[in-house]
Amino acid sequence: MKSVLINPNIATIQTDTRFANKVYLLPVNVEYVESIIEKERPDGIMLAYGGQTALNCGVNLAESGILQKYDVRVLGTQISGIQKTEDRQLFKDSMNQCNVPILKSRTVRNFIDAKEIAQELGYPVIIRVAYTLGGKGGGVAYNEIELHEIVERGLRASLVGQVLVEEYIGHWKQIEYEVMQDYDGNNVIVCNMENVLSMKVHTGDNIVVAPSQTIDNHEYHMLRSAALRATKHVGIVGECNIQYGLDTDSDRYVAIEINPRLSRSSALASKATGYPLAYISAKIGLGYKLPELENSITKTTTACFEPSLDYIVCKHPRWDFAKFDLVNRKLGPTMKSVGEVMAVGRSFEESLQKSIRMLDIGNDGLVLNRVNGKTYDEEQLEDHLSHPDDLILYYVAAAIKMGISVERIYKLSSINPWFIEKIKNIVEIESRLKQEEITTSLLWEAKKKGFSDKQIARAKNKSAEEIREIRKKAKVLPSVKQIDTLSAEWPAITNYLYLTYGGNQNDILINPDEKGVMVLGAGPYRIGSSVEFDWGTVNMVWGLQENGEKNVSVVNCNPETVSTDYDICNRLYFEELTLERILDIAEFENPKGIVTCVGGQTANNLTLGLAKNGINILGTAAHDVDRAEDRSQFSSELDKLHIQQPRWQAFSNLNEAKIFAQDVGFPVIVRPSYVLSGAAMKVVWSQVDLKKYVKEATDVSPDHPVVISKFMLNSLEVDVDGVSNGTEVIIGAIVEHIESAGVHSGDAMMCIPPWRLNNKTIDTITEYSTKIAKTFNVKGPFNLQFLIHDDHVYVIELNIRASRSMPFVSKLVKTNLISLAAKAILGKPLPKLPENKWQKIQNFGIKVPQFSFMQLDGADITLGVEMQSTGEVACFGTSFYDALAKGLTSAGYTLPMTGTALVTVGGAQNKEKLLQPIARLKSLGFKILATEHTAEFFEEKIGDIKIVHKISEPTRKPNIADLLYERKIDFIINIPSTSTLEKYVGMLEDEYQIRRKSLELGIPVLTTIELADSFVKTLEWLKDNKTTKDPIEPYDKLD
Amino acid sequence: MVGYTETLTDPSYSGQILTLTYPLVGNYGVPDPSIKDEDGIPKFFESDKIQLRGLVVHELSLTSSHWNLSMTLDEWLYNEKIPGISGIDTRSLTKKIRTGGAMMAALVVSDTEINVDEIKKQLASAPHYNSEQFMDVVSTKQEVVYGSEDQSVVVIDTGTKNAILRNIRELGYKVIKIPWNTTFEKILSHHPKGVVISNGPGDPQKCSNTIETAKKLIENNIPTLGICLGAQIIGIAGNTKTYKLKYGHRGQNKPCVNLDNDQIYVTSQNHGYGITPESLSASEFNLWFKNADDNTVEGIKHKKQNCIAVQFHPESTPGPNDCRFIFEEFKHLMEEGESAKK
Repeated sequence: MKSVLINPNIATIQTDTRFANKVYLLPVNVEYVESIIEKERPDGIMLAYGGQTALNCGVNLAESGILQKYDVRVLGTQISGIQKTEDRQLFKDSMNQCNVPILKSRTVRNFIDAKEIAQELGYPVIIRVAYTLGGKGGGVAYNEIELHEIVERGLRASLVGQVLVEEYIGHWKQIEYEVMQDYDGNNVIVCNMENVLSMKVHTGDNIVVAPSQTIDNHEYHMLRSAALRATKHVGIVGECNIQYGLDTDSDRYVAIEINPRLSRSSALASKATGYPLAYISAKIGLGYKLPELENSITKTTTACFEPSLDYIVCKHPRWDFAKFDLVNRKLGPTMKSVGEVMAVGRSFEESLQKSIRMLDIGNDGLVLNRVNGKTYDEEQLEDHLSHPDDLILYYVAAAIKMGISVERIYKLSSINPWFIEKIKNIVEIESRLKQEEITTSLLWEAKKKGFSDKQIARAKNKSAEEIREIRKKAKVLPSVKQIDTLSAEWPAITNYLYLTYGGNQNDILINPDEKGVMVLGAGPYRIGSSVEFDWGTVNMVWGLQENGEKNVSVVNCNPETVSTDYDICNRLYFEELTLERILDIAEFENPKGIVTCVGGQTANNLTLGLAKNGINILGTAAHDVDRAEDRSQFSSELDKLHIQQPRWQAFSNLNEAKIFAQDVGFPVIVRPSYVLSGAAMKVVWSQVDLKKYVKEATDVSPDHPVVISKFMLNSLEVDVDGVSNGTEVIIGAIVEHIESAGVHSGDAMMCIPPWRLNNKTIDTITEYSTKIAKTFNVKGPFNLQFLIHDDHVYVIELNIRASRSMPFVSKLVKTNLISLAAKAILGKPLPKLPENKWQKIQNFGIKVPQFSFMQLDGADITLGVEMQSTGEVACFGTSFYDALAKGLTSAGYTLPMTGTALVTVGGAQNKEKLLQPIARLKSLGFKILATEHTAEFFEEKIGDIKIVHKISEPTRKPNIADLLYERKIDFIINIPSTSTLEKYVGMLEDEYQIRRKSLELGIPVLTTIELADSFVKTLEWLKDNKTTKDPIEPYDKLD
Repeated sequence: MVGYTETLTDPSYSGQILTLTYPLVGNYGVPDPSIKDEDGIPKFFESDKIQLRGLVVHELSLTSSHWNLSMTLDEWLYNEKIPGISGIDTRSLTKKIRTGGAMMAALVVSDTEINVDEIKKQLASAPHYNSEQFMDVVSTKQEVVYGSEDQSVVVIDTGTKNAILRNIRELGYKVIKIPWNTTFEKILSHHPKGVVISNGPGDPQKCSNTIETAKKLIENNIPTLGICLGAQIIGIAGNTKTYKLKYGHRGQNKPCVNLDNDQIYVTSQNHGYGITPESLSASEFNLWFKNADDNTVEGIKHKKQNCIAVQFHPESTPGPNDCRFIFEEFKHLMEEGESAKK
């Protein structure tokens, strides 16, 4: 069977040609998918694997008759089944027909009806939006004013213009079941899950345990039977997720929704049980019956069974609120997290504390953290308990310490008392650790409750190393256990492993002859570290295997990744990426070495600690990595090479910082030296700001000095991705940022080949890269960032590890950099590539970031040095605009051919730079609206500009707010003044309002000159050209 | 992870020490044992007491939370004087049972070093599970009647779970629960529409009286349903053989195929003995259900007479409710007689 994959996500391992016969990096929308159907003439189409985007696209394809026209069968759940779950009214009717209770609610298409039903149900009510991502646009309304706002927003976000108003059951338990069903109606429950934060919080933002913990046999099977009944009735084929609300005071329950597709929960359920949901679901889609398929863990029993777990899984979301100005951190029905981790343990306390460490947010568990936070009075705590945010469990712990009763905490937070009691156990161990001598039995208790050596050390004023030593002497050691789908009832030859202190026997033994290599993954997806490191980890495993390594194990804790599929590597440890745990595993595995260069900064940060503990680092030596990470060492090496950097200085004292800043002149960039993706990195424009950010930076990375450097305005930024084995250096490509420096590299659009660099600059960059790689004895992947200012090349930083842009470079240039890195790491010679291969590629590749501002209530969408994008797409084309048009469409921009543009620009320089694009827009026939000052400028230069008034002056008409709501604006060019100093002062509040409102209404907003310019040029190009629709080509074979 | 109250009171577990694979036990506590349904059957329990001799868990939840709880699991065990032990690596214990088979065991707790050899000696001299006469313990001593309908079903109590009684009541019949060794003639005197031979503990061969009764039930074509131990008894009565499984089938996730329609069902199981698959061909039965994992016999249908039997627990509690249709099928046999059979 041949498969064709359409997905513009460049960074995922999924779009490596290894997984499908043909891969198209193209937008998943009706227009593009139709053109591919026309070309490829597939027999069938699968809609359940590409999230809501693919599902919506599939429904549109069917409704517009395209599937019928080309005789393409939907494999799996049919369109009618999808509609019965996605359309709220059809869902209600279906549930009524199969006797599954639902909440009282009504679908409405306007506010008047919404008001009426809300009065009937009584406030609070919840508003849900049909056909949208992650509950986007929904909300809880406690009164009519809130109802108005949420309903209006929801109606606009919904593809079908309808929202559901229903009774609010926030304090009920939120229970989910994952169902698998074949065409014959054989069905099983693969997993059930319970949300710790009740119905109050979207399951994507909830702390989730599997299996459910607080429901009894009657409730479990009542919900199970209902799940089977409901999915049979709507006609699910393959996998689906059903979500329930369950009363806490009776066995009353309601079905909330059915997701007729693989979802975030399914990914979690797969990893939590070892049951490969997507794989089995795909087989079922092709017509296999469940009992015909085999349990891929035991290889002897059938896939038609219900896994039994002998551990407790805890999923914890990762939020990145700190990156967003003005964002509302409260958790509710709209999902805000950007990633998640899954911890496996044999007690809730163990799983929970493991999961917190896995988040890589600097916390060592629920208690005994480095920064134990602020103190709160009872009233503040109670408020926090009733309105959960990302710190809710810490507040629960604080409340327990304050002596607030479990019952009271439950009443306020709706967290089931069972979970609160477990948190109380953690708090009690904390106080015992502080008060009692460390005995073997106390160590066991603490470890069983998930305490890390660091936490214990903090309680005892010792170092983690000392605790480790005491612990090992006392033989308090974790056991390695298998995840085998059947609780050891059948023999299972599985390599899917976790470590726990809830046991005294290892399930497997490592044969000393089978010494292997460990590869560290990247942990949770977060802003700045996402699927690209999964791509890197998987390719590294394959690369090592292709170069003769027989036992490659992976350590990672992110349930959304391919690197945590147990069939990728030889042994999979679903574990923490902490020094303590990696040492535990290394002591068990006794590996030849550990690879830390493909797991982003999380893995990279462990390099030095592992080396200090005598672990062999495969790849660049730890002290070379450290030389690159330590800014003063790095700088002095560059000086020796006569390579320039923007002026900088490390400091630990505010006064020195102030003097430096005055000397080089504001703006300056402040950052800790050892973090990824610009965490706590800020452009600072004044002494006052400086003081504030110095403190923030020290909080994030206390063990490393803080650095300030000159921020060079009006520069180009360039990334270089390459591989070296210490003697030979291969440049993957030079990647140019389309935005000028100052926009974080993760948020910038990027282009290969560079289109504004002259040959001399390219030569200089190539020369510098080669020199630097050799100087730092790089063995493996590296990434360099350069700044080009007045034709001078400055080095910003060197990362001796896989980078965010490597999949992009590898796929466009058809050179798998990580495969090369695997050779380099093993000390093998690198193959001879054609010189400057990347420059000879005929295609253009453009990478466009994907943002999630909509979900982040209140967040401003302007870009800066802190990375904010949550994903990216890239498209290839025969010209710059061919690639860009597809890239922008993939990232969700609509490219209007006619219509109206609103222009508001801050700063004279910016206005000047926009002259050309605006003139071009005008000649393309667009109507141009502008706010007063902007209008004045362009009216004089171009003419024909219509003045519109600010949102803050609602009485002056025509007003932007009205025009937005009436959809009379097709896109907006809004360039804020570059100075963050003035960013949120009164006059700019108005621009923020425009950006936020347009975002919520789905109108594209272009916030940088370069984006605006490219956008307009793309519109111009599209007038006379059509985009190409070709599959990507596989990587070239390397010898 | 769910179902410990039901499991602990299931008479089939009489005489056994049970270990649970799920590590966290007791989370939702234990409901009030005195609550009965309108027929006087305990609402939340499968018999009147804990049937186990001992319980082994990884972590016992000392606090519980549920709207329906009246005590913790710990309190319940304490009240009923059933010993339990926690803090055990139940996964490695499970693996031990998997390889060594179900075995005699002792629970020992001590502040001082435990003399394992001494314990082994004591254990060796303890009466062996296989030698115990469970029917004297688990079966009712006298007839008990539930309901007052005209039509009745007789349940031969070889250690029946209350759920079987509840399911028959739901079909709309009076239930007459009788001792395991009640004679065929005595049963007929009740003019039952049908007879159920229930689940229960131990080796079916030890229930020779019930086997004799079953032979006559088949011979006289009285609609009969066997469940678990009852299925083995019916099997023997119809000429099949039985054998002891290495470590039995126990759990709520056992897939079985219905050979009538090729549908697969997830069933609740608890049996240490089974019907020998090879003995079916020379017997009076056809295979009805088979285990999807290991192809063992999970259900049989008499070739000529109105007699069906399943090895799994269609009454569930604990476990999935997917096979309640077995009772409907039984009702069909009773109401339609001969024509009901395919």
